[in-house]
Amino acid sequence: MSAEKVKDKKSGNGSVGVISSIFAIIVGLIVGFIILLISCPNEAVGGFVTILTGALTHGTKGLGDVLYQATPIILTGLSVAFAFKTGLFNIGASGQVIVGAFASVTVGIMCKSLGGVHWLVALLASAVAGALWAIIPGLFKAVFNVSEVISCIMMNYIGMYFVNYMVKKTPAIFDNMRNQSKPVASTANLPKAGLDKIFAGSSANVGIIIAIIVVIIIYIILTKTTFGFELKAVGLNRDASRYAGINEKKSIILSMMIAGALSGLAGGMIYLSGTGKYIEVVDVLCDEGFTGISVALLGLSNPIGVLFAGLFIAYITTGGFYLQLYSFSTEIIDIIIAVIIYFSAFSLFVKNVIAKIKVKKELKAESKEGGNK
Amino acid sequence: MDYIIEMLGITKEFPGIIANDNITLQVKKGEIHALLGENGAGKSTLMSVLFGLYQPEKGIIKIKGKEVKINGPLDANELGIGMVHQHFKLVHNFTVLQNIVLGIETVKGGKLQMKEAREKVIALSNKYNLAVDPDALISDITVGMQQRVEILKMLYRDNDILIFDEPTAVLTPQEIDELMKVMKGLADEGKSIIFITHKLNEIKAVADRCSVLRRGKYIGTVDVKTTDKEAMSEMMVGRKVNLVVEKGEAKPTDTILEVDNLVIKNKKQGHTKNLINNISFNVRKGEIVCIAGIDGNGQTELVQAITGLMPIDSGKVFLNGEDFTNKSIRYRNTHGMSHIPEDRHKHGLVLDYTLAENIVLQEYFTDEFSKAGFLKKDSINKYAEKLIDKFDIRSGQGIITKCRSMSGGNQQKAIVAREITKKHDLLLAVQPTRGLDVGAIEFIHKQLVEQRDNGSAVLLVSLELDEVMNLSDRILVIYEGEIVAEVDPKKVSIKELGLYMAGSKKGEK
Repeated sequence: MSAEKVKDKKSGNGSVGVISSIFAIIVGLIVGFIILLISCPNEAVGGFVTILTGALTHGTKGLGDVLYQATPIILTGLSVAFAFKTGLFNIGASGQVIVGAFASVTVGIMCKSLGGVHWLVALLASAVAGALWAIIPGLFKAVFNVSEVISCIMMNYIGMYFVNYMVKKTPAIFDNMRNQSKPVASTANLPKAGLDKIFAGSSANVGIIIAIIVVIIIYIILTKTTFGFELKAVGLNRDASRYAGINEKKSIILSMMIAGALSGLAGGMIYLSGTGKYIEVVDVLCDEGFTGISVALLGLSNPIGVLFAGLFIAYITTGGFYLQLYSFSTEIIDIIIAVIIYFSAFSLFVKNVIAKIKVKKELKAESKEGGNK
Repeated sequence: MDYIIEMLGITKEFPGIIANDNITLQVKKGEIHALLGENGAGKSTLMSVLFGLYQPEKGIIKIKGKEVKINGPLDANELGIGMVHQHFKLVHNFTVLQNIVLGIETVKGGKLQMKEAREKVIALSNKYNLAVDPDALISDITVGMQQRVEILKMLYRDNDILIFDEPTAVLTPQEIDELMKVMKGLADEGKSIIFITHKLNEIKAVADRCSVLRRGKYIGTVDVKTTDKEAMSEMMVGRKVNLVVEKGEAKPTDTILEVDNLVIKNKKQGHTKNLINNISFNVRKGEIVCIAGIDGNGQTELVQAITGLMPIDSGKVFLNGEDFTNKSIRYRNTHGMSHIPEDRHKHGLVLDYTLAENIVLQEYFTDEFSKAGFLKKDSINKYAEKLIDKFDIRSGQGIITKCRSMSGGNQQKAIVAREITKKHDLLLAVQPTRGLDVGAIEFIHKQLVEQRDNGSAVLLVSLELDEVMNLSDRILVIYEGEIVAEVDPKKVSIKELGLYMAGSKKGEK
């Protein structure tokens, strides 16, 4: 088969995936519109337009905020997608995020003498902490074959309570009055990298650039390197990988660590952005971890897909914020996202339908040709 | 004589392929009718049509002289058609009895009435010599037993047209003999049997007539008694097939593999017998040594110990004089061992990887296919295309075909291609032809002999006595984890070999 044809087929498959995701988005938006109609028919159209364009109302500020919102969920989405590509379901992103956040906040507050690279060190600390947190389920999976889903869920709660405890017990970090962590040193806040000029007044910072670079790195690892080849092989068939001489235990642990590092990094991004977010001592699992699962699903576990899915979800979340101008609650956005995710799980179904239509068309074309002969 | 089943002019098309092209199958009452064809010849499609799973584009089906329309398995069942699938359809945590009645339970007032069912099952198993324990769990009984349950399932439903889809593929030689007897008994009782297979010996042993399909076309129906194996295989493959492997005298030289006092203890509780008990042997350059034995006597463990997949308790493995006992799998793979594994789906292939990726599965990290940790896609694809060409591996989309979508024979060819093209001194081939058709078997046998003649040491593990006798230069018989005899294939009869394998005769080693 010639290289051209190979490419054709590949891009064909990819476009089917994109189509099914777009289908899910459209269905989700329609359902959202129906809900708007039910709750307040008069304002439904206005509300719907706000969801779609809300992020654009304040010019570039809105877009900058989309980038800011998208940064952590792209990373957690990437974390889930990466693990999924290597045969693991990382439902522990939430715990990894909060542990990463704690590490970055600690470094951000304590290590003031670092100067210019302070924020970078704090970010790295978040990634390392996330990776270390994910080693545990990785080890259990690799050595004792314990389902990573179960250990990850437990690690979420352990992470949450552990961070609560540590924040409370560390006077240097704990803000007694507000029951939350103290602000990090200004040197630890992520630099704006000129984005504040492009998107004036927004919270956009260097985080999105780092996130995009990480997306590209993960994409390259998965598709171009022998390392990615090994990780994917282990995910698809552990026995065959062992037979092929791959150290499958090491691969599983490394996969979990990389996934954990990505989620940890997301935690760092959230709490180093200087937008008034602090680690609150409350018994709530961190949201971004679970949004990551949605992003990964919508992005079909493809790193590039995850990037766009994260941007899209951030976009309508930002738009949803302006829903408050009407008599709607912003939770409608959550419903829309939920419906989108629900329907992206139908992607296989959509793919099959599209494939069938294609085959029918081809058959028709063939029979016509046959008739002409 | 009247036909009980007549399938006339059946045509079934799938996108891009005509699976059945004007096929005719006529089965008489009380006969065993073999349906012979290579993998992908259209046997399964034809049976699916008979079973109502597919609707044919053209053609009619007559059962007992009446034209019928079969819309699904339920219709087929009503017409008395039953099938033993190649992969059994049993509920593993149900008992034998529960599986047999599943779907047609007798219920009184919402309660299951198992007593009558039990009596009927016991009566049937006595009548047809199908001894089973009705209360045993499916997960606890052997594959042969499970097959009996499948047969009883059909009999319980009063089916009188029985389809066996490659029933012997999963059985040991003894179980095959048993099955053959059962099939003959069923035919004598007036049941009609369609026997799907590509093993000529079995057709010769039980079938009355044989219909041959080739690439979706009907080739003809022959009387088994008056047709020899060569003629049938020629009909099936479309050319003359050499059933006997042509090979010259072996000229063994240096010792390549040396296994010394290997022991693997049984880790299951309550088992004291070693899985591998003090096995020692060697394989030399330029010879094919065959480990013969009945399945489950330690062959799997022995091979996995040599390849490093299973830890050993004591003993040593040497390759070219180098101690390999504690070497990693990767080290063994890259230092002279090639391994065609027993289970191609479990070990041999990453089914969701493409053909190209599977072809370099053992070598993707070498300088030829990678540079500084990056895969060299171009050289991988080029290499894969070379092998596909050389070994005639057929697939839908060439190098980017997912291996899962390929036929078993072509999957095996891909593994064989990968393992023998890779640089090696020792080739371990475990049941390399399992489940393959005559053409593919001939091909793989030729390759093994070629490997031997090119100076490889070949260690073959096989359950097929024909293969053992045809290919090997030396035979080691394994029984309950021990090598009980070493024999010369030229001086031993199949019968004698069978006695060694069954443990009833011990030879000098």
